[in-house]
Amino acid sequence: MKKKLTTVAFNGTAEQLAKLDELIAKHKGEKGALMPVLQGAQGIYGYLPIEVQQHIALSMDVPLSEVYGVASFYSQFILNPKGEYAVAVCLGTACYVKGAGLLMDKLESLLGIKNGEISADRKFSLDATRCIGACGLAPVLTVNEEVYGRLTPDMIKGILDKYN
Amino acid sequence: MENMVNIKINNREYAVPANSTVLEAARYAGIDIPTLCYLKDINEIGACRLCLVEVKGARGMAAACVYPVNEGMEVFTNTPAIRKARKTNLELVLSAHKKKCLTCIRSTSCELQKLALEYGVDEDHFQGNNNVYPIDATTPYIVRDNEKCILCRRCVAACKNMQQIGVIGANDRGFDTHIASAFEKTLDQTSCIGCGQCIVACPVGALYEKDDTQKVLEALADPTKHVAICAAPSVRATIGECFDYEVGTDVEGKMVAAMKALGFDGVYDMNLTADLTIMEEATEFLERFKEGKNLPLITSCSPGWVKYCEHYFPEFTDNLSSCKSPQQMFGAMYKTYYAQKAGLDPKDIVFVSCIPCTAKKFEVTRDHQNAAGVCDVDIAITTRELARMIKQAGIDFRSLNDAKFDEPFSIGSGAGAIFGATGGVMEAALRTAAEVIEKKELQKLEFDDVRGTEGIKKATYKIGDVEVRVAVVSGTANAKKLLNAIKSGEEKYDFIEVMACPGGCVNGGGQPTQPAVVRNNVDLKALRAKVLYTADKNMDVRKSHENSAVKKLYDEYFGAPGSHKAHEILHTKYVKRGL
Repeated sequence: MKKKLTTVAFNGTAEQLAKLDELIAKHKGEKGALMPVLQGAQGIYGYLPIEVQQHIALSMDVPLSEVYGVASFYSQFILNPKGEYAVAVCLGTACYVKGAGLLMDKLESLLGIKNGEISADRKFSLDATRCIGACGLAPVLTVNEEVYGRLTPDMIKGILDKYN
Repeated sequence: MENMVNIKINNREYAVPANSTVLEAARYAGIDIPTLCYLKDINEIGACRLCLVEVKGARGMAAACVYPVNEGMEVFTNTPAIRKARKTNLELVLSAHKKKCLTCIRSTSCELQKLALEYGVDEDHFQGNNNVYPIDATTPYIVRDNEKCILCRRCVAACKNMQQIGVIGANDRGFDTHIASAFEKTLDQTSCIGCGQCIVACPVGALYEKDDTQKVLEALADPTKHVAICAAPSVRATIGECFDYEVGTDVEGKMVAAMKALGFDGVYDMNLTADLTIMEEATEFLERFKEGKNLPLITSCSPGWVKYCEHYFPEFTDNLSSCKSPQQMFGAMYKTYYAQKAGLDPKDIVFVSCIPCTAKKFEVTRDHQNAAGVCDVDIAITTRELARMIKQAGIDFRSLNDAKFDEPFSIGSGAGAIFGATGGVMEAALRTAAEVIEKKELQKLEFDDVRGTEGIKKATYKIGDVEVRVAVVSGTANAKKLLNAIKSGEEKYDFIEVMACPGGCVNGGGQPTQPAVVRNNVDLKALRAKVLYTADKNMDVRKSHENSAVKKLYDEYFGAPGSHKAHEILHTKYVKRGL
């Protein structure tokens, strides 16, 4: 299935672009340079929108289709922007059997966005993750670096309110 | 003497070139190992696992297409284990393939279908859910049906490696892998040039031309329409392949007879407007050369190349010849000059071209291609589509008596004939330019340096007392190389011919598909081009400016080459598209 791609507008800055150009210059002519450049670019922008990938493609003389092929192959590369608060629900086995799916449903309905999407004001993004290794606290979700465990759906609103 | 090694294939001894692969070595032994992903020099990735063989001492089975031979090697190509592995792999490929074989455009020419039959597979052995993909029919030339795609990547390799364009690639991962453009853009949103090399590379029915035969049939059935068709130089050299003729058979007479049997009101030779193009282009070249303006002049007959230039080298669009392509010139001339002469309303004319090219389907939709106020050419159909129409109409192609093109557009010169091969346009132009400048007859008509299937050919000709530096390139990868050399100031030319497809129109994206086993072992470009050069050699009129039909066009209508009227009707404009 095709990946769902963002429609949020790109708002890169001149400083970010300068950093990206510096990074590309550093790797110019290197064999297998695309991966480290993409990784670095993600560090600069937080994700890899088409504008960034197109710039990389042109600067490195690699077809955009190849850049996107690599970016869409590895799950570590992020194609859609994350919100100011990135909500991640663990859907690992332990969390799942403890009802993480219900947490996801609740989040989707409260935030008005689906798994993998970002809110229009860029405040929240929502993702499902694999096991994050906190099975003892199942079901678990994280908001940026904060971890919330032993959750039930009715606790979700309270968590979100802390960030609103 | 080539370096040879001794190997055993199925217990029999052979001496084979040391640099060959097991696949190539087996060919020497008269054994075709099946492949799906392998295309020589273009796609050598060992991915489809159909060419598996057993090599004594090697771990597991080896992919013959990428496995090099070495001294004393023992190879087995047809053991029960090999047969079983290939069959299983075919069944796995089929498990994710939309098996609509009865109505598939590639039925009977599909490489997967042929192997499935040979290996007696159970097409439903592995069952499960399959991904659903929309058909991409957003361009006027290429249709992609990813549910039939077997992920061999031959199209990706043709686009990225051979043409160095790369508007398609493999997106996502694992079971979700699919071939598409970056960020899932549809093909019309990319800088695809429509050359169709992906189509002729596809082993199955995942890629095909946008079929326009229905439009032609509807026009033919409409009594209020005057429907004419003209055939590009290279179609007669290839359409025989669709009717089981050997590659490189000239079937001009039967092709014309078939077109007449289909009911066209006029069946004409595009070689004529190839000659007309030369008259205009040679005049344009002489003018630019004299003024030293917008040099090098670059040919504009190949619509894939024109679109490539507009996307990837917009700084060269002023160098493109302003001449319309022979296809467009024919339509433009027909709907102005001929319409007037025959008392036809251009609106009632449906002008069809039969061409070896998918990009021509885009060309007919371009702006500034409507000399009579209606589009110059209404429908462009490929060689494959014409063959399809002939078969559907029940016309027994092989038993047709040869027929001749209709007057008054039946005459094409030898110069027009060779337009369909790389170097042909250049040679045709040189024949005319040389005689115009020197004002005497050429001793030798063959310009051998610009002949042949190499991707880049360069030559300098002394014409009169000036030297003209020319280059001929085919395939956009070579065009890219040459244009970059010109941009950097490394090389300088006065006149350049570019054709988007490697080898020129004879190897166009609208030509009959040939399976990998033919593409890998037969020089299609050379064999097909030979038809055109042979036709040229046997013609009485071999120079565009000596074509009496062309002379008549100028006498009766256009005045002189490069005249105001000629510019209005036979020339066009380009756009800087960028990426």
